[in-house]
Amino acid sequence: MVHKHDVIIVGAGLAGLRAAVELADKADVAVLSKVFPTRSHSGAAQGGIAAALGNEEEDRIEWHIFDTVKGSDYLGDQDAIEMMVSEAPDVIYELEHMGVPFSRTKDGRIAQRQFGGHTRPKVSPDGKETRVAIQRACYAADRTGHVILHTLYEQCVKHKVRFYSEFYVMSLIIKDNICRGIVAFDLKNAEIHTFHAKAVMFGTGGYGRAWKITSNAYSNTGDGVAIAFRAGIPLEDMEFVQFHPTGLWKLGILVTEGARGEGGYLRNRFGERFMEKYAPTVMELAPRDLVTRSITTEILEGRGIDGKDYVHLDLTHVGEAKLKERLPEIIGFAKTYVGVDPVKAPIPIQPTAHYSMGGIPTSLYGEVLLDEKGKILTGFYAAGECACVSVHGANRLGTNSLLDAVVHGRRTGKQILKFLQTAEFSDLPNDADQDVKQRIDELFKSSDSKESYHKIKDSLRENMMAKAGVFRNEKDLKEMKELIHELRERYKNVGLRDKSKNFNTELMEILELGNLLEFSDVIVEGAIARQECRGAHWRTDFQKRDDQNWMKHTLAFRTEKGIELRYKPVTVTKYQPQERKY
Amino acid sequence: MQVKFSIFRYDASKDEKPYRQEFSLEVEPTDRILDCLDRIKWDYDGSLTYRRSCSHGICGSDAININGKNMLACQVLIQDIKKKLIRIDPIPGMPVIKDLVVDMTDFFEKYEVVKPYLIAKNPPAKERLQSQAERALIDEAVNCILCGACTSSCPSMWGNPNYLGPAALLKAYRFAFDSRDEAPAEHLEAIDTNDGVWRCHTIFNCVEACPKEINLTWHISQLKKKMVEREF
Repeated sequence: MVHKHDVIIVGAGLAGLRAAVELADKADVAVLSKVFPTRSHSGAAQGGIAAALGNEEEDRIEWHIFDTVKGSDYLGDQDAIEMMVSEAPDVIYELEHMGVPFSRTKDGRIAQRQFGGHTRPKVSPDGKETRVAIQRACYAADRTGHVILHTLYEQCVKHKVRFYSEFYVMSLIIKDNICRGIVAFDLKNAEIHTFHAKAVMFGTGGYGRAWKITSNAYSNTGDGVAIAFRAGIPLEDMEFVQFHPTGLWKLGILVTEGARGEGGYLRNRFGERFMEKYAPTVMELAPRDLVTRSITTEILEGRGIDGKDYVHLDLTHVGEAKLKERLPEIIGFAKTYVGVDPVKAPIPIQPTAHYSMGGIPTSLYGEVLLDEKGKILTGFYAAGECACVSVHGANRLGTNSLLDAVVHGRRTGKQILKFLQTAEFSDLPNDADQDVKQRIDELFKSSDSKESYHKIKDSLRENMMAKAGVFRNEKDLKEMKELIHELRERYKNVGLRDKSKNFNTELMEILELGNLLEFSDVIVEGAIARQECRGAHWRTDFQKRDDQNWMKHTLAFRTEKGIELRYKPVTVTKYQPQERKY
Repeated sequence: MQVKFSIFRYDASKDEKPYRQEFSLEVEPTDRILDCLDRIKWDYDGSLTYRRSCSHGICGSDAININGKNMLACQVLIQDIKKKLIRIDPIPGMPVIKDLVVDMTDFFEKYEVVKPYLIAKNPPAKERLQSQAERALIDEAVNCILCGACTSSCPSMWGNPNYLGPAALLKAYRFAFDSRDEAPAEHLEAIDTNDGVWRCHTIFNCVEACPKEINLTWHISQLKKKMVEREF
């Protein structure tokens, strides 16, 4: 079946829905998602969305810009950061106008809280300038992503946006450097649908499911990133993957940085607030990469609780009333999953794979780029976590992800509208859905006694955790590369056991695994090559940031000979790289 | 420890009628029911079908019926269940597509009936002001994750499938009681019908079913009160 829409957006999280709202009423836009829109993982974001509103204390756009640049370990493009941060107040007010129920200050304004890496300058009596934590994160208790996601979906309902829910995208249709649509299947009956469009946008999210301990949903399998890569589009900075410092022990479920923003302490087995050693000025509110390495170091050196692989997040001094008002979900998670009441006892936590800084390279306007010179692929756009603009560089600051998704969702929507003024439907190639049909047929005809996909997946996830996690080295990474190649060989023999075409989730899981393997290979390749420590990419065999050789973005290309790495410079405007201390 | 599951099986595309299948698993007391379903799917039967995504109770994908009660599969641990046999069924009152996956089309159509969006014109340059007390009025209502556990548990809905159900009514409340909404009457009119708010007979099943501990019946009673005040 062939559908025709001016614009097809894949992914119904914050980026996709914000773009849809921008396009609704002005163009024929449809949104396709493998889950019902409100199930998207943006809804799991807890702590806040950053903007220098200054509702709680004085704040300035330039302070937020500086923090983001420094937080990115100087790999973020400064023009992109400046644009995003400058638009932040505007997009937040717009969200409020749409109905987002933000928590409120005493005078009825949007409430803001402290978050890691967000600071303001402070001059001490001896004239020395330091930076201290600032209240910049706009929040709705610890459900900020949830309320924004629902509000954007409500706006889509209001504007009658067309949804194709529980459709799984499989490929992009690109010919002569023009993107003409996508091919997807309907989970309901495994029927293949071709979507013919003038513009395609991916807002397909991140890829944390490649690690065993992750805060990410089952659905975060990097489908968009892998599909783009297979279509000949390079991937940028894939080696930069953020581990959030505080995941619930063993489960990886996110415990918001807002918990530390509200005053929470991190303690080791001796009860010490160990962040004193690593970030004496901002302590627990250092950026995530630094806090994660500090926790991991404590654990590796035997100072985890009972010598195990976790430390404590202590909120017992924050007070019951404040915890119930500001962090109700966290109280619920801790009680449900680890049997701890955070009012009375500390929460066991460990770092958890959380956010993908890298992704599909785009211009400042969401246009997808084909090479290091900035050649644009006509008609294809990306925004949010699947994209790399790059505003987060080597390490994202907390609350900048929702901001990125909303700002770039909106800006990409606007850019697509501009494009539509002159764009026509380009012809569909005859065999547009051929490869997808063949792949699906093949799986339905496969023998079910062959290789089991979940064993491949478990092996990938366990080893990515051990060899391509918080601390990396050449030996581990090379072993990981070998293993991925073995797993990819085994993957060729995976068989489908469920042969029913009705709501076949096993079929989807198998295809998702193909995507996990595809992009994990790129992550590891980029990580082997990058012989330095920068942000979330920490090489124990190099130990230092190397601006001379490595202040550049990785671009990975899929070639017949394998992955080819090329590089492009970082855009620097005002901020020259400095040593990064907190 | 060893646990036995009895799971509802039905593939609407090929099975004439539903049947049950039993699986015995070696589990940890802290395993989620969702983890157990995964184990069964991955190790024993790839065709076992259920929805899931976030795995910690915020996306609302995995409402199922466990030993007769609607719950989220990701929010219930083995140790929370007292019985030796764990019976797993799809949530009732909605057509079954396959195993634990139900068709929620009707549920979301009813959600749309209540005009589930803020109605307000001419926004100011910055945020609309809202006092903490005004915000507190909608604090529980905005936590709804649209999992369907409440509506599916409602005997009034079983008796009259046209009834809007607690989830849609809660959404009406969320906007009618938002101090920023300029047309509460529009949300209220949408539920002031034979199949609307008056069909709630305060049975409280929805309150028990809600995984986010929202007191739906209280919210529905507030809607009724507001409508009576409006009419007289």
